[in-house]
Amino acid sequence: MTRSPRDASTGSVPSEAETSGPGSIAEVVRDASVVVCCGSGGVGKTTTAAVLGMHAARAGRRAVVVTIDPAKRLADALGLEAGLSSEPQRIEGVASDGGGELWAMMLDTAATFDGLVRTHADDPEQVDRILTNPFYRNMAGAMSGTQEYMAAETLHALHHDDRFDLVVVDTPPSRNALDFLDAPGVLSRFLDHKIFKLAMLPTRSGLKIFGAAAQPIFKAIGKVVGSDVLADSLAFFQAFSGMETGFRERAEDVVALLRAEGTAFVVIASPRHDTITEAVWFAQQLLDQDVRLAAAIVNRLVPDFGEVSDDVSVGGPGDLAVLVANVAELRAIRDAELAALQPLIDLAGDAPVALLPLLDQDVHDLAALDRIGADLFP
Amino acid sequence: MRSSIASGVVIVAGKGGVGKTTVTAVLARAAARDGRRVLVVELDGKPAIDDLLPARDGESLEVVHVSAPDALEEYLNDHGFKRIAKRLNRTGVIDMIGTAAPGIDDIVVLGKVKQFERSGDYDLVVVDGPAAGHAVTFLTSARGLADAVRGGPIRQQSDDVLELLADSERCQAVLVALPETTPVNETIETAFALEDEVGIRLGPIVVNGVDDGVPLPDEEAEAAALDGLDDNSVRALVAAAAYRRSRRAMEAEALDRLATGLPLARITIPALPVAGLSAEDIDTLADRLVGGSGGGS
Repeated sequence: MTRSPRDASTGSVPSEAETSGPGSIAEVVRDASVVVCCGSGGVGKTTTAAVLGMHAARAGRRAVVVTIDPAKRLADALGLEAGLSSEPQRIEGVASDGGGELWAMMLDTAATFDGLVRTHADDPEQVDRILTNPFYRNMAGAMSGTQEYMAAETLHALHHDDRFDLVVVDTPPSRNALDFLDAPGVLSRFLDHKIFKLAMLPTRSGLKIFGAAAQPIFKAIGKVVGSDVLADSLAFFQAFSGMETGFRERAEDVVALLRAEGTAFVVIASPRHDTITEAVWFAQQLLDQDVRLAAAIVNRLVPDFGEVSDDVSVGGPGDLAVLVANVAELRAIRDAELAALQPLIDLAGDAPVALLPLLDQDVHDLAALDRIGADLFP
Repeated sequence: MRSSIASGVVIVAGKGGVGKTTVTAVLARAAARDGRRVLVVELDGKPAIDDLLPARDGESLEVVHVSAPDALEEYLNDHGFKRIAKRLNRTGVIDMIGTAAPGIDDIVVLGKVKQFERSGDYDLVVVDGPAAGHAVTFLTSARGLADAVRGGPIRQQSDDVLELLADSERCQAVLVALPETTPVNETIETAFALEDEVGIRLGPIVVNGVDDGVPLPDEEAEAAALDGLDDNSVRALVAAAAYRRSRRAMEAEALDRLATGLPLARITIPALPVAGLSAEDIDTLADRLVGGSGGGS
């Protein structure tokens, strides 16, 4: 752990790449074919995903970064100012001699789900019936787990896209690692639900909806939500009929990819008790599922500015006292943060844990991402 | 303080990581110290807020955790659908209802909040709002549902919730921001979205974690103060001061941008030199708020 404060007149943060554990984040980015960035909201997950992708590109890999909900300035930095696009765009200005490329895209949950329906439907008529169904539209946008599932599905599609050899995915903020790991399973469970099976029971042709709606359970639901909402739901189930197998197989493929050797889970946190607790819980869930934690990254650690000699005598109030108190306060925060993040280091074991400084500038361009990259990949 | 966040329903909203729970706890504690009967409603299943708000002598402050499935079942029980409620819960069909009529979760939860407000047991109900980007949909769901569901108990519930949200005497949203560029930008966007799409009254903006420490000397005074010290000490003192000035300049710029973008009252919650707040820290911050030193503008 060496550090040398830069020329203070630039006001920049002392460079510090502090990594524990024998491996390095660079190795993770070099060897993995999929990197999944997970963690709670507000810890810099999207920014970190972008930095990892950028480093990989500079190292000669063709990397694509999938972001969920980038802050506008970061989206601008990545050349995504055109807004939501489910098509990867090449980021200019990330030159590499080794043939590396950086691409970025934003997750479009509904469009991805529509794509799956198109892939698995028997005919255009079935596609139409499903895509225009109000129940489906709600499910594609709102069902808990849909966003995670579509992030995993997008990851699967990009993994099999010849243009890329590394997919970095930023996951929806979640307290639960399983939300992502098991997201494809949500649909299977949905399809296995007995209500769903009941809705698909063959009845007399043309009277399916009527028939199902007469079932006591559906009558009960109808009383609560209204009969039109119920009719939409039943129409969806019946339109979906025949596609379950295709969907289920695809979901199993995606689950297998998430657990594959080349898939690296990176947990991201900030050095505060609450986010570290979440990160530890998250990592523990991965371990319980026999999924290895590849690395952890803790963002926003107050930098170390070095020591003030004990010989410095403040001698009462005044400018020097304020300056000395400033160093002491930053040191106190940093020490508290280091103590807070220790449980994550303990849990990570052999996996590298990188500590990145709290910056004194906003991250809004590629140069800023490069500065973070310089700390992460010394 | 007394006039702005003392009564009715206050929904604390903001993106993940901005400190909604901290702000909820501070506002609630401050009102309780002020003699109010306060209820905190927590929605995300986060137990942490209980630890931040232990019982204190002479204060009336309760914390309740509300989950959507429980709230739905209770609502149905109370409205003559006891058998249905039992059945829905047993078959795990609540999820499917939520899918068929999205926003139903939010409606039953807000309905529960309305019930607390109407009970007369509390002067102030503070809701620790939902996470990440969900603030707007959480509050717009009543309207969406009222459009989608034309009859039945849920329709009645969404009408009641709409009435509460639109009543500026009874309800307000408090947005939480951090004093940094991106969170401020997002807060401004959310404020406009809430105003346009929900029509809810916006209370003061709460800026969490503001560095309001002792001002540092300027660089000239600094050079004079450091005269004669050893090199290592000078390096540490200069670098730390430059960093702090730079962070503060960034915060000041963000706060300016917030003031320009959102002409609303503002409450500042100072940063404490810790890596996570304790119940005692919440007390300290609440006292500063009641005392007015952290107060609004």
